[in-house]
Amino acid sequence: MSVLESKIPEGPIEKKWTKHKNEINLVNPANKRNIDIIVVGTGLAGGSAAATLAELGYNVKTFCYQDSPRRAHSIAAQGGINASKNYQGDGDSDYRLFYDTVKGGDYRSREANVYRLAEVSSNIIDQCVAQGVPFAREYGGLLDNRSFGGVLVSRTFYAKGQTGQQLLLGAYSAMNRQINRGKIQSFNRHEMMDLVLVDGKARGIIARDLVTGEIERHSAHAVVLASGGYGNVFYLSTNAMGSNVMAAWRAHKKGAFFANPCFTQIHPTCIPVSGELQSKLTLMSESLRNDGRIWVPKHKKDAEAIREGKLKPTEIAEEDRDYYLERRYPAFGNLVPRDVASRAAKERCDAGYGVNKTGQAVYLDFKAAIERYGKEKAFTSGHKNPIKEEIIKLGEEAVEAKYGNLFEMYEKITDQNPYKTPMMIFPAVHYTMGGLWVDYNLMTTIPGCYAAGEANFSDHGANRLGASALMQGLADGYFVLPYTIGDYLAADIRTGAISTESEEFETAEKEVKDRIQRLYNTNGKNPVDYYHKKLGKIMWDKCGMSRNEKELKEAMEEIKALREDFWENVRVTGKAETKNAELEKAGRVADFLELGELFAKDALERNESCGGHFREEYQTEDGEALRDDENFRFVSAWEYVGNPRDAKLHKEQLEFENIELKTRSYK
Amino acid sequence: MKLKLKVWRQEDAQDKGGFQNYDVDGIDGDMSFLEMMDVLNNNLVNEGIDPVEFDHDCREGICGSCSLQINGEPHGPDRRITTCQLHMRKFKDGDEIVIEPFRATAFPVIKDLVIDRSAFDRIQHAGGYISVNTSGNTQDANSIPIEKQDADDSFYAATCIGCGACVAACKNASAMLFTSAKVSQFALLPQGEVEAHERVINMVNQMDAEGFGNCTNTGACYVECPKGISLENIARLNREYLSASVFS
Ligand SMILES: Cc1cc2nc3c(=O)[nH]c(=O)nc-3n(C[C@H](O)[C@H](O)[C@H](O)COP(=O)(O)OP(=O)(O)OC[C@H]3O[C@@H](n4cnc5c(N)ncnc54)[C@H](O)[C@@H]3O)c2cc1C
Ligand code: SF4
Ligand code: FES
Repeated sequence: MSVLESKIPEGPIEKKWTKHKNEINLVNPANKRNIDIIVVGTGLAGGSAAATLAELGYNVKTFCYQDSPRRAHSIAAQGGINASKNYQGDGDSDYRLFYDTVKGGDYRSREANVYRLAEVSSNIIDQCVAQGVPFAREYGGLLDNRSFGGVLVSRTFYAKGQTGQQLLLGAYSAMNRQINRGKIQSFNRHEMMDLVLVDGKARGIIARDLVTGEIERHSAHAVVLASGGYGNVFYLSTNAMGSNVMAAWRAHKKGAFFANPCFTQIHPTCIPVSGELQSKLTLMSESLRNDGRIWVPKHKKDAEAIREGKLKPTEIAEEDRDYYLERRYPAFGNLVPRDVASRAAKERCDAGYGVNKTGQAVYLDFKAAIERYGKEKAFTSGHKNPIKEEIIKLGEEAVEAKYGNLFEMYEKITDQNPYKTPMMIFPAVHYTMGGLWVDYNLMTTIPGCYAAGEANFSDHGANRLGASALMQGLADGYFVLPYTIGDYLAADIRTGAISTESEEFETAEKEVKDRIQRLYNTNGKNPVDYYHKKLGKIMWDKCGMSRNEKELKEAMEEIKALREDFWENVRVTGKAETKNAELEKAGRVADFLELGELFAKDALERNESCGGHFREEYQTEDGEALRDDENFRFVSAWEYVGNPRDAKLHKEQLEFENIELKTRSYK
Repeated sequence: MKLKLKVWRQEDAQDKGGFQNYDVDGIDGDMSFLEMMDVLNNNLVNEGIDPVEFDHDCREGICGSCSLQINGEPHGPDRRITTCQLHMRKFKDGDEIVIEPFRATAFPVIKDLVIDRSAFDRIQHAGGYISVNTSGNTQDANSIPIEKQDADDSFYAATCIGCGACVAACKNASAMLFTSAKVSQFALLPQGEVEAHERVINMVNQMDAEGFGNCTNTGACYVECPKGISLENIARLNREYLSASVFS
């Protein structure tokens, strides 16, 4: 018997959300003043939730580890945000966005949630424009759109390559308005170290002031976790250096189920690893696949010559190039979903066709786009017979207008000019679809503890489509959580302020302090990074783009051994009473060392391939993922019972009533 | 590459602080400046010395966390980049590199190279927003067409990452470039018009209250700004301020 209650409302899918909003309990404005809410995280999800909750009248406290809410990792999102506005008149609709998202996620997400996401998506754009978010516009003054992988319409709104920045600054400005009104208190440079439960309900957190090292108690009637994804369990990823799983993992250990931890997105277009001491990977926005063509040499000898530095990509003739995505997937070509594109790159590199010194890279080429745009531009400006130089010049200008900052970023990092020579790219860990299990109201299995944004297991199933994370974060924060939370809080209008003097807070604080002490009581042999890098290597080699039973079992053992070594031999320098980045890192890596094991276990027990989860044992003859709907059409929600490996599985069976289950094909 | 580093060490806000010399070896041109700092810190941890604290997060030039004064220049010798985007190929074997925090009265040092930039947040609290409810009851986004040029200019102003290099570069430690970028973003959009006067007055008052200096138009901020925030924004702020003062 499952204890999971997804609370999906009855009725036809397009009526569920409206019906639910009409039927749930509300808290009247006067009573909201007596209710406190803690929001951990100030990214798109947390920032928008905090601003809206405060505007509704609740007293909000926000927490983030950076020095300002504006620096949350959402700031780094480049490409865009989806919405079913159908401004381009290309046949888009809520249903189509819903359909694309469920299909893109390889049928492992909850229909009702995804439909709601599609339904509120248009409103996000209205909201952001009203806030002054400067989206890209056409010459006529209306909003511009581009297209992303896995879809056949142009529904992505963008602000050059800085969409996340502009959306986050929008949410931050909404927060600032509430801070100025005294409705939000923002605790920056603060890290949530534990969740506090009173009578089984989430009633507060223990936080560490990262400047003074002080351990603080904060109480509230409900706690919202919007602390982002856990991609950094791989050490190298496109996530910010501080991105971590601590908040979610602490909640997990206090009773929140962790769903689908092994569903990770490996993004196909990142700058390849260049050296041993590299600290993070840089994404090149997926939007580049609108115009860039992906290829490797057709002949192994050419690939070898390139790796040895004897041949340049520009010297390889058209007929000697293998545009493998266009070859394998003629319908979607370079715009197949991310999981498909990543695996195809790995397949070519494993087969010996990879480029770069390491052989772990493929080309992303803009030559054709430059020529196409150049010709078009010359033609429309009256030059019907332009010379080649003119075409190239005009074409480069057009490409610069679209992707200028991305090209610049690429050149700064690699010292190569992508207008003249193709970019080199390789897949890298980017996003985690897994996360805390939540019901339709976004509540975890702990009453009063909510999860929003990348931190929840969300709406993306086994693979997220491009430009959908920003959409989900803002949908959760602006339009879903502020209403659904009222249903729970309606019972709390007479509770009064929650005291931090209770035994529960006392115990939680003591546990946090003891844990910090334990980090200092070791033999002190190896720096924290030593463990993080080792963990990352196990994860990448054995739980990465393709997985198999044998290696997953090995990974579980290796991670366990590494964790035990960590607690005996990690070296944490400095004092706990000051700013101390090593101590911060140590706490985060300690949690990754537990999550990693659950991750491997989840991957091991999911005996099918779906989306980002590719099990070598389960593939079709031509190497495509082989899903098993009969036996695995469920969400795996893990209950913590002492050790990550002993976690207890609860299944949420997924019902598909509005979309027919099909083999995903992009051919 | 082998480098000689002269790094500012300061225990906390009360401590006087001073430079320490460290040598690092094995630095590759493809490494970023912060990866070089990682190497230094790894060495220090192995020697049992407290590593150097510095702010960083995204490491791709967008979060605005990193904030090092390198050889006297905010974000170092290269242009239009942040510290985390600076690569070691800009240096050569044997170089001495002086590394300090951004210096300004309004940005007190927290520890080593970490500074307190909350003054920037408070300037934003004072008016860096449009007072629209987040309820979702807004009109259709395309019902307000905006000229592409205005939309683009607004966007460029909005790309400020709040790093503080402008303040560190200015001999008066003025925050005009930062403040004017936010004022401009909204001043250029019809949505921002209603509160324009109040916004500019409140934000400028807060900026003064935080102890930033006056702007004497030297343009040093623009030179060091990683995002190339234009000086036209300052001119726009001045116009907005003047017109707000006249009408209020
Ligand atoms: C390089 C890059 C590019 C991307 N581009 C796109 C794109 O174009 N389109 C798209 O849709 N998606 C994109 N994504 C994905 C998307 O940006 C993220 O999934 C999304 O922004 C996550 O938002 P969030 O609010 O859930 O979390 P985040 O923005 O990650 O915020 C997490 C917050 O939690 C806080 N926090 C974390 N742990 C703690 C703790 N223990 N205590 C206190 N505070 C804590 C942090 O300080 C931060 O404020 C991209 C991601 C990356 C990495
Ligand atoms: S104006 Fe430029 S230098 Fe100043 S904070 Fe903004 S991005 Fe940094
Ligand atoms: S670390 Fe984010 S801008 Fe440098």
